[in-house]
Amino acid sequence: MTRTLKWTLLAPYMLWLVVFVIIPIALIAWNSFFDLEGRLTLDNFVRFFSPTYLKMSFISIWYAFLITFISLLVAYPTAYVLSRTRHKQLLLLLIILPSWVNLLLKTYAFMGIFGMYGLVNAFLSLFGIPPQEILFTDFSFIFVSVYIFIPFMILPIYNAMEEMPRGLIEAAQDLGASQWTVLRRVIWPLTLDGVKTGIQAVFIPSLSLFMITRLIAGNRVITLGTAIEQHFLVTQDWGMGATIAVVLVAMMVLTMRFAQTTPKA
Amino acid sequence: MEAGGSRWLGRLYLIVMFIFLYVPIAYLIVYSFNAGGQMHHFSGFTLDWYRELFSDTRLLIIVLNTVIIALLSSAVATAIGTIGAIGLFFLMQRRVRESLITLNNVLIVNPDVVIGASFLILFTVLGIQLGFISVLIAHIAFSIPIVVLMVLPKLYEMPKTLIDAATDLGAPPRQVLTRVIIPFITPGMMAGFFMALTYSLDDFAVTFFVTGSGFSTLSVEIYSRARHGISLSINALSTILFGVTMLLVFGYYWISQRGLRRVALWVKR
Repeated sequence: MTRTLKWTLLAPYMLWLVVFVIIPIALIAWNSFFDLEGRLTLDNFVRFFSPTYLKMSFISIWYAFLITFISLLVAYPTAYVLSRTRHKQLLLLLIILPSWVNLLLKTYAFMGIFGMYGLVNAFLSLFGIPPQEILFTDFSFIFVSVYIFIPFMILPIYNAMEEMPRGLIEAAQDLGASQWTVLRRVIWPLTLDGVKTGIQAVFIPSLSLFMITRLIAGNRVITLGTAIEQHFLVTQDWGMGATIAVVLVAMMVLTMRFAQTTPKA
Repeated sequence: MEAGGSRWLGRLYLIVMFIFLYVPIAYLIVYSFNAGGQMHHFSGFTLDWYRELFSDTRLLIIVLNTVIIALLSSAVATAIGTIGAIGLFFLMQRRVRESLITLNNVLIVNPDVVIGASFLILFTVLGIQLGFISVLIAHIAFSIPIVVLMVLPKLYEMPKTLIDAATDLGAPPRQVLTRVIIPFITPGMMAGFFMALTYSLDDFAVTFFVTGSGFSTLSVEIYSRARHGISLSINALSTILFGVTMLLVFGYYWISQRGLRRVALWVKR
């Protein structure tokens, strides 16, 4: 592999790296220092640490936390059971299949299901409960988000379970461990890496959701993502939008540090 | 290995899970045939919505655009990503290589809102008009790291002796590249292409930011339509898309079970 050949191969890739990775990040950071009139200022950051924006950020983080937690709660048993079935490859494919349906279409489906006359209300009316406004609530937002993110939580946990040496579980059982202890002391620690990957794959996107918030939750739920979209595309306050983006990226870095998976030997 | 009771519970849980996952999709499909025009109160069976879908030229053009963007961007991304991965693999300095790989992953881990916003700024600064070109470039840009991530492991899997053998037999570096390396990493390239395709077809956020007012992809179009309320031609579209996806997925499963070579041989006949 001659040096010239190597660098010819690397050239287009390096160009991409600079133009589409380094420069955009720099541009975002750069823009966060400008206000609406284009003056260089730290105003945006000051505004961010005001009650309105801080409250929005904490609420957004809380939602993301709820979504991640519930996804984990639902996905972990699923991955566990899945790794024990006989046709696991086919079943895994069937579980992943819905995630290939367009995101918008699935959200749109929930607009029907949670609608005033939709499936859920029809079901409730069987028990004589009057139609509830399910859309435009926190519940529907979290429910739909969990629905969207579940495959992303299942997959890494399932992979971790598959990599687990089966002999360990049998050894633990032979040593007299109850099923619960096996779960707590053997399976959970070994699949922790998968759980961390799943958390990363769900928590950050949850913070940046803006399409689901609009379609399902109306303007009742504002995530960091909706705030960014709002500032960039509606109010044209790119400076503030960039500031929120900087915060979002900072949170992403923090999450990655926190959920750092142990390097494989 | 497990008590019979808990196994039964596990099966039940899985069934509930499947129901949960497929109800929305089934809901879409069922109501695409609803004569009532809404996503509730199924009043009668009709194919009207499918007719409306196929006469909606604007939507059909958008679907075409979406597919073209996906295919083009994935192809270009696969090309650039593959040669980038090869270049990275042969990079001697480990530190540089590792930091480049970290930079590579930035676009993958970054929330798509941030990517969209940053690309919007980039295109505005560069004076690139928002439309087909900007969307294409954006899709190429975020697909490249995915391809690299799929090809690089394949490169590491390659036995070192392979290249040595080829060089010993007198192959010039370029031939080593085309005759030895590329064929070996082709599965990785295909995986990268496929993943890039998926990401591109499904993308909403990034496209939303850089699409401007004229051009639209499927996701963006559905978003605007959904904001105006229910339209059952979207249901019809979902049904067709789901059918195609199912075909592709089961085709893939069938191929992976039978082995790609056998299928290729069969196709060659």
